[in-house]
Amino acid sequence: MDFIYSLVPPGVLSQVFVGLSRTTILFIVASGLSLILGVLRIPNVAHGSLYMIGAFTAFTVTKVFGESSTAFWMALIIAPLFVALISLIAERGMFQFLYEREHLMLLLLTFAFSLVFGDLVKLVWGGEYKSVPVPVIFQGFVPLFGGLPFPIYNVFLLVAGPVVAILLWLLTNKTKIGKIARAAAVDREMVGAVGINVSWVFAVVFVIGCLLAGLGGVLVAPTVSVTLGMDHNLIMEAFLIVIMGGLGNIWGALLGALIFGITQSLGILVWPQFGIVFPYLAVVVVLLFRPTGILKSTW
Amino acid sequence: MRKKTLLFLIACIVLLLLFPVFLPRFYVYLLSIILLYGLLATSLNIVLGYGGIFQFHHAVFYGVGAYSTALMLTKTAMPAVLAFIVGPLVAAALGFVLGIICIRLSKLYFGMLQISLGSLVWAIVYRWYSFTGGDDGIHGIPIPDILSSYTGAYYYTFIITAVCIFLIYKIINSPFGSALQGIRDNPVRSEMIGINVKRHQLLALTIAGFFAGVAGSLFVVVDNTVFPDMLFWTLSLEILIMCLLGGWFSFLGPMLGAGVIVALRTFVSTYTVYWALVLGILMMLVIFFLPNGILGYFEERFKKMLIEPEIKE
Repeated sequence: MDFIYSLVPPGVLSQVFVGLSRTTILFIVASGLSLILGVLRIPNVAHGSLYMIGAFTAFTVTKVFGESSTAFWMALIIAPLFVALISLIAERGMFQFLYEREHLMLLLLTFAFSLVFGDLVKLVWGGEYKSVPVPVIFQGFVPLFGGLPFPIYNVFLLVAGPVVAILLWLLTNKTKIGKIARAAAVDREMVGAVGINVSWVFAVVFVIGCLLAGLGGVLVAPTVSVTLGMDHNLIMEAFLIVIMGGLGNIWGALLGALIFGITQSLGILVWPQFGIVFPYLAVVVVLLFRPTGILKSTW
Repeated sequence: MRKKTLLFLIACIVLLLLFPVFLPRFYVYLLSIILLYGLLATSLNIVLGYGGIFQFHHAVFYGVGAYSTALMLTKTAMPAVLAFIVGPLVAAALGFVLGIICIRLSKLYFGMLQISLGSLVWAIVYRWYSFTGGDDGIHGIPIPDILSSYTGAYYYTFIITAVCIFLIYKIINSPFGSALQGIRDNPVRSEMIGINVKRHQLLALTIAGFFAGVAGSLFVVVDNTVFPDMLFWTLSLEILIMCLLGGWFSFLGPMLGAGVIVALRTFVSTYTVYWALVLGILMMLVIFFLPNGILGYFEERFKKMLIEPEIKE
């Protein structure tokens, strides 16, 4: 370890890893976006709003269950399911009728939903800042990187990201619905022709993607102040990650999120004022060499 | 038929010229805003409706045009006229640069890359406190005396918008415009008959950026402020809605859509803070029931009325 510290000071390393644990959340949200883009070809602008709803629901659930240690775990289950329910209603109620139309219409419909969701959140939860407590077992710090304190909750996030990635990989590669969904992404008509109800496959994929947005919202809630407008910046970052990694590719989303997180946290160290610009530059550089993203896109 | 259209246009122009005489100050201001948003939406429609290019983040050019004009007026001692020329030119240059990067991709991929790169521009403007004023923007921009009164600003906006709309109309109906529409309908075939697809699209993107920049410089005249929200992506999608609502296959559709949305926003906002909710629901209704927009709908009806008697003969 001392050799590493002589190259990179522990302070920098600690900063990078805090940044990376934040990008875990970005990865979770972006993988949902990527899934929906890859299979349904919808650039889901409402994804950020669903993430915001997830965070606000986590606030309500943790409030209901009080300070008990189960509060966070309940939020972790209830909030994504709530978001999934909302997205199921939206998909069955509206999106499914537009799959044959221009993608621009689908984009605008998701934007309409993001406007409606944003105002509904304002209506239900109000405009004030909300805070969700860090769950009891994850409170405190562990000495990492030369004894510098590192928040335990961020360790949890660093573990959660790869777990979600593996689960998603299993879902898309090892289950029947995953295989059908991948086939439908390539040739929707052919999948329908062999007697599979494509409409419901799409609904399931859409709901799983949105559930991931809700999950990201719950996970981020203890680390930031939950507030209106938290959706707007996130959705652009998620878009960047998906484009950088290759549309529809889960591992691409992971890679994109890693690049995004590292360039962002290093950028903030190097040049605090323009730290947020570096990930964008990384995207431009990547796309100049690989116009369709680093990994193979499903398109 | 043509004579009637001409008369209608002249009546419109006279009416618009007379408005400041009897309308209160607020409505004149609102009309100026509608006109410049109309120009902005029409400029987007050059690439969207006629070019078939998914320019998702058009507000960037509007914002950059406005910021360039504002910065020229506040930070330099150059004549004001120059600022109003440089603003749109900077926007056009940005349109060209973003175009070069994005043009290699098609459709949705293009749009997503473009919206991300536009957000990069937004991030820079938002963070560069010493130059752009960061999230405060720039206030109290010095405007030449003739334009500083609200009627002066209105007439300036009206004249510039009218000239630009006329120019856009000419461009759309030029051989270049026809080629652009050909590319929209069948890019492969257009390539085959010797049209340089990418070059045409790039030129269209630059032109659209220029006129968006003009709209931005008009906003500086009307409102004397610029702020980073002018190039945030939500505004871009609002402009897209204007095009959709008015009808993006009709030349004046985006203008009408801009008018409806700006007016509606102003009046709804006096009753409730939930304007976004209203807009969202309105959009859903338009997407499902008026896919060709208001003008598109009427044109269809009108055509039926025109065609049916002919069939009888």
